[in-house]
Amino acid sequence: MNLKDKLATSFSVLENQIGGTDPVSNIRTNAIKQFETLGFPTKKLEAWKYTSLNSVLKPDYNVFAKKEKALEYKDVKQYFIHNIETYKIVFIDGVYSAQLSETSHEGLDVCLMSEALSKPKYKEVIETYFNKIAKEDDSLTSLNTAFTKEGAYIYIPKSKVVEKPVEIIHFATGVEDALLIQPRNLVVVEENAQVQIIERHQSLTAHPVLTNSVTEMFVAENAVLDYYKIQNDLQSASLIDNTYISQKRQSNASVHTFSFGGKLTRNNLNFFHKGEYIDSTMKGITILSDKQHVDHYTLVDHAEPNCESHQDYKSIFADKSVGVFNGKIYVNRIAQKTNAFQQNNNILLDDTATINTKPQLEIFADDVKCSHGCTIGQLDTEAMFYLKTRGIPEKEAKGLLTYAFANNVLESVRIPEVKTRINKLIAQKLGVDLGFNF
Amino acid sequence: MLKIENLHASIEDKEILKGLGIEVKPGEVHAIMGPNGAGKSTLSSVIAGREEYEVTEGSIEFEGEDINELEADERAHKGIFMSFQYPVEIPGISVTNFIKTAINSNRKAQGLEDMPANEMLKKIKEKAALLDIDMKFLSRSLNEGFSGGEKKRNEIFQMAMLEPKLAILDETDSGLDIDALKIVANGVNKLKSADNAVIVITHYQRLLDYIVPDFVHVLFDGKIVKSGTKELALELEAKGYDWIKQEVTA
Ligand SMILES: Nc1ncnc2c1ncn2[C@@H]1O[C@H](COP(=O)(O)OP(=O)(O)OP(=O)(O)O)[C@@H](O)[C@H]1O
Ligand SMILES: [Mg+2]
Repeated sequence: MNLKDKLATSFSVLENQIGGTDPVSNIRTNAIKQFETLGFPTKKLEAWKYTSLNSVLKPDYNVFAKKEKALEYKDVKQYFIHNIETYKIVFIDGVYSAQLSETSHEGLDVCLMSEALSKPKYKEVIETYFNKIAKEDDSLTSLNTAFTKEGAYIYIPKSKVVEKPVEIIHFATGVEDALLIQPRNLVVVEENAQVQIIERHQSLTAHPVLTNSVTEMFVAENAVLDYYKIQNDLQSASLIDNTYISQKRQSNASVHTFSFGGKLTRNNLNFFHKGEYIDSTMKGITILSDKQHVDHYTLVDHAEPNCESHQDYKSIFADKSVGVFNGKIYVNRIAQKTNAFQQNNNILLDDTATINTKPQLEIFADDVKCSHGCTIGQLDTEAMFYLKTRGIPEKEAKGLLTYAFANNVLESVRIPEVKTRINKLIAQKLGVDLGFNF
Repeated sequence: MLKIENLHASIEDKEILKGLGIEVKPGEVHAIMGPNGAGKSTLSSVIAGREEYEVTEGSIEFEGEDINELEADERAHKGIFMSFQYPVEIPGISVTNFIKTAINSNRKAQGLEDMPANEMLKKIKEKAALLDIDMKFLSRSLNEGFSGGEKKRNEIFQMAMLEPKLAILDETDSGLDIDALKIVANGVNKLKSADNAVIVITHYQRLLDYIVPDFVHVLFDGKIVKSGTKELALELEAKGYDWIKQEVTA
């Protein structure tokens, strides 16, 4: 059975399972129809021109894990930002792990989507926010919507400044030969509230894992949301991440995406402005090797005046790795005094590596400041020589220059431990000891 | 220590060094002077191991070993240091982190452990003081936005940290104000011993008042065409290069 047919069958099973109590039943049904009509995206679509899903769709994925496997904290501790206190929402093969999690209902809700879908007290929030900004015409988003079952549910009430970051971690253990995981997250940050979220998908198995994740985030007036995505998965794992962020007046939202691992990663990152004086930040460090493939697809919809967006993606490609950057900035006719900046700098370490980069600026207002810059280059030979004359060997010199090239992206990271962790991952990925502590 | 014979080197098939010879012994200070474009910086790059230059003939020996096949970092490990005429700006990496990496790379090559953090800090403070460098300065990105003089001073700071056997200072004096020149020259002199050697490349006799050379060479059109003692520098300062050109072409 091909994956599409298998999904249709699995959908019926899911519907029967959930039965009549499902508050999102209609949304689900529409979504599966949508997916069936659209099918998986192919390279024929402009938005998927440089990324083919063929190879990642091949394995015979189980749509739900049938077996269970527990994990000991000590064995997976390294994947957490363990040197600080955090809330934790942890899933193993798509199933919630109470043992590894630290959820809360005290002054906020850091819990599960399944809980939010099944308990009446969340009904209003679900009705207000669920599937309100996720794109229906995106087939993978629709697929995820149809299978909405589990994920993180985070609700931060008015004026609550959350002290501890929230970690969302998905582990795949390989109990199934091949597993499809479809987390569905909802994050609501009310007026004047602040929260930091760290997300990671981590496979622990050589068995293929495909994650198709959808996250909807609503950032109310004056609220602050910082979202860090650590993508350092095994070669057997692929990720399609669909993140939709809606911001209201004077809110501030940032997403940092660190892509060092995985076989294929597609990051669809969408910002929608629903008020004035909004600040949106999208930053990324991508370091790829072997045949890894990462595709960053960003959209900022400047729909209102006086808003700012800052994009800065730095990428380094070695071996036969492939990168795609597609950054779309849309400035509405009424969005005067928009400041939109986009920067995409790439270094190709080998001539076998590829980057496809395409800024798309659609500007319909006249009083705006928009800039975009894109560079593709190699490491500077003069700088390499300079480092080597100081006794730094070729490999370390490359590592150091690469680190130097990318690390300013980390300046805006507001959790020091995350910064340190990313620095370490960069050093690890480059296979060098940079000779200093960060 | 350094023995160069009949050195021919080219870049992009253009021959720049055309049969150059020089010998430097431990404890000596050599000055190399010569008109613009003569090949002085090329010579230092070739000694330091810049790959873009191809040595087509002749030899470079360091402490009795032919180093022509060695990478730049391996030459550094042997104790060769070059202060750049135009130091490279490297945004995103601080002077301190850079020098730590350099020191530890050299130690690793010598089979030593990383230098303990407190020892490193002590050494950095000591050498910064010697060259009158503010510690705050060292946390800035390497050479990025440094003034010409600051770049040069930073080169000598690195030399002081690395303590090379042979230091080649390519126009370290250009860009330095008079006070800075004295500080830098004083730093170089303090690091001088009977076991190490310095080659100073300069256009001006003034530096040689502070770093007094044992020998002065004139490099012209890819060759050393005249060698003498420090008086030769004075003569060049007074008369320029024309008389040398005439001697050479005669
Ligand atoms: N990449 C290159 N391709 C072609 N010619 C080069 C290249 N690099 C240097 N040269 C030439 O080599 C010659 C020697 O240059 P070099 O920098 O060694 O001179 P110099 O003696 O240091 O001069 P200055 O006193 O101006 O510093 C010059 O004519 C220069 O143009
Ligand atoms: Mg020169």
